[in-house]
Amino acid sequence: MFKYYGKLSPYLFLLPALVILAVFFFIPFFQTIGLSFFDYSSSIYNPEFTALKNYIDILHNPVFYKVMVNTLIYLVVAVPVLAIFPLFIAVLINQKIRAITLYKILIYLPVIVSIVVAAIAFKWLYAQEGILNYIMQLFHLEPLGWLTDPKYAIYSVIIVTIWKGIGYYMMIYLASLMSVPNELYEACDIDGANFWQKHMTVTVPHLMPAIALVSTISSISALKIFAEIYVMTKGGPLDSTKTIVYYIYEKAFENLDLGYASAMAVILLVIVMVFSLLNIFVFERGKYKI
Amino acid sequence: MKNLKNIPTHIILILVSLLSIFPFIWLLSTSLKGAGENIFAYPPTVIPHDFTWDNYVGVWKRVDLMRYFINSVIVAGGTVLLNLILSSLAAYPLARMEFKGKRITFFTILATIMVPFQAIMLPVYLITLKLHLTDAYGDVCGFIGLIMPFAVSAFGIFLMRQAFLTIPREMEEAAIVDGCNVFQVFWKVLLPMVKPSLAVLAIFTFIGSWGEFLWPSIVLTKEAMYTLPVGVNNLQGMFSSNWRYIAAGSVISTIPIIIFFLAMQKYFISGENEGAVKG
Repeated sequence: MFKYYGKLSPYLFLLPALVILAVFFFIPFFQTIGLSFFDYSSSIYNPEFTALKNYIDILHNPVFYKVMVNTLIYLVVAVPVLAIFPLFIAVLINQKIRAITLYKILIYLPVIVSIVVAAIAFKWLYAQEGILNYIMQLFHLEPLGWLTDPKYAIYSVIIVTIWKGIGYYMMIYLASLMSVPNELYEACDIDGANFWQKHMTVTVPHLMPAIALVSTISSISALKIFAEIYVMTKGGPLDSTKTIVYYIYEKAFENLDLGYASAMAVILLVIVMVFSLLNIFVFERGKYKI
Repeated sequence: MKNLKNIPTHIILILVSLLSIFPFIWLLSTSLKGAGENIFAYPPTVIPHDFTWDNYVGVWKRVDLMRYFINSVIVAGGTVLLNLILSSLAAYPLARMEFKGKRITFFTILATIMVPFQAIMLPVYLITLKLHLTDAYGDVCGFIGLIMPFAVSAFGIFLMRQAFLTIPREMEEAAIVDGCNVFQVFWKVLLPMVKPSLAVLAIFTFIGSWGEFLWPSIVLTKEAMYTLPVGVNNLQGMFSSNWRYIAAGSVISTIPIIIFFLAMQKYFISGENEGAVKG
């Protein structure tokens, strides 16, 4: 077709978005890397170039290891649950039964509501004399310090993250379920397969790309957890719920240790990038083809 | 017989639905309990014995929730508007034009998907300070500072690019023959054809911006500039042990987004927006 646009037009259309990305994305990106080589801990006005010292300090910091362990617990617990449970719910919802829309709305509701309100609501459920400890008592169990006992606090926070994510991942699965050919299910019915056989042989293999996608998306979100921690525990007790983003926030905005915080940010960046590259080049390939 | 078979499914779905809304129900119940009722009573009661609206009146009088709401509307509205404009402007040449540097531009924008805001928030804050875009320099500057880091996203650009790719070439050719210039082609011909994608982008950007907590809690210094999430979190400090007030404030703050969700529900739960889910 004929070229109806001038030589400059494509650049003019791109300009506004690129300027904003440059100022609020690319400059900060390189600045993060740059800052990570400086020591701000003695004076915020006179940073000192210390090359890799921040990174070496981080590797000798027991709190950082605690943070990494917490992150690992988050990934190991939250990601499998978020990859499997919403799939199960999506399969149940993907049937011709009554009240489907109502179920979808109710299960999706936690996704919509502010994480701050959700965290407050759970803090209230988790209270020492709260409703969850009442239920524990009904089963003749000792009341738990859901958010105050370092052994359990991280799991209590993870529950909130899972609870808030189920509806979101369920919708991703529902969209993918529509692409499973119906004939395959009909063949299963003819062979007399039961619910589990049917879905283990047809649904799960067909949805592997979606399962992989959900796993990487939920991993990336787990690495970025902040609000739950900020509202419910502030990283305590004894750093047991401190996540990497919360620690960066604390170092940067409370201790004003900009170099150290930036070095940790670079580490976060590298970890997230690994998951994102997987996502872009393996699981969502078609979406980003030029 | 057929209905009987569905009973286990319904039982599971009802249980999951109840678990999904129970934290809110419990918050709502607490917010409606009067001073005469022990909110730590065993066994707990969902229906308040001492029913009252006092907690709502009390929290409404003491906290300017309306102000937080208006701030949230301004920030989310501004963010949505800029995303719609900037994403479609940038997506148009990426979808419909050939130019030098297209590949590199494409991958540069794609690269931004990989970098989480949390990793670069510190320099973003330093730049925002340097540009005087914080509430210390006035409310307008404060709002701009809240909006700008989220004014455009790779997600939006790619969503709009996908939409533009589906339009037949003849549309542009016809418009040019009719005497349109390139901007008119974009504005009058192409943009109206991608309205569904614009709606999806608007709704998901709105939800993201409305719930954003990290950035506003970094930049905001004045209470009068608080958005709803920051303001609601602040209730915890204001009424340290008055759970009735905290609950009432949280419930009030949630009403607008629930109304929005119910009004727009087809965009969220129709299952036809696979491309719209945000990564």
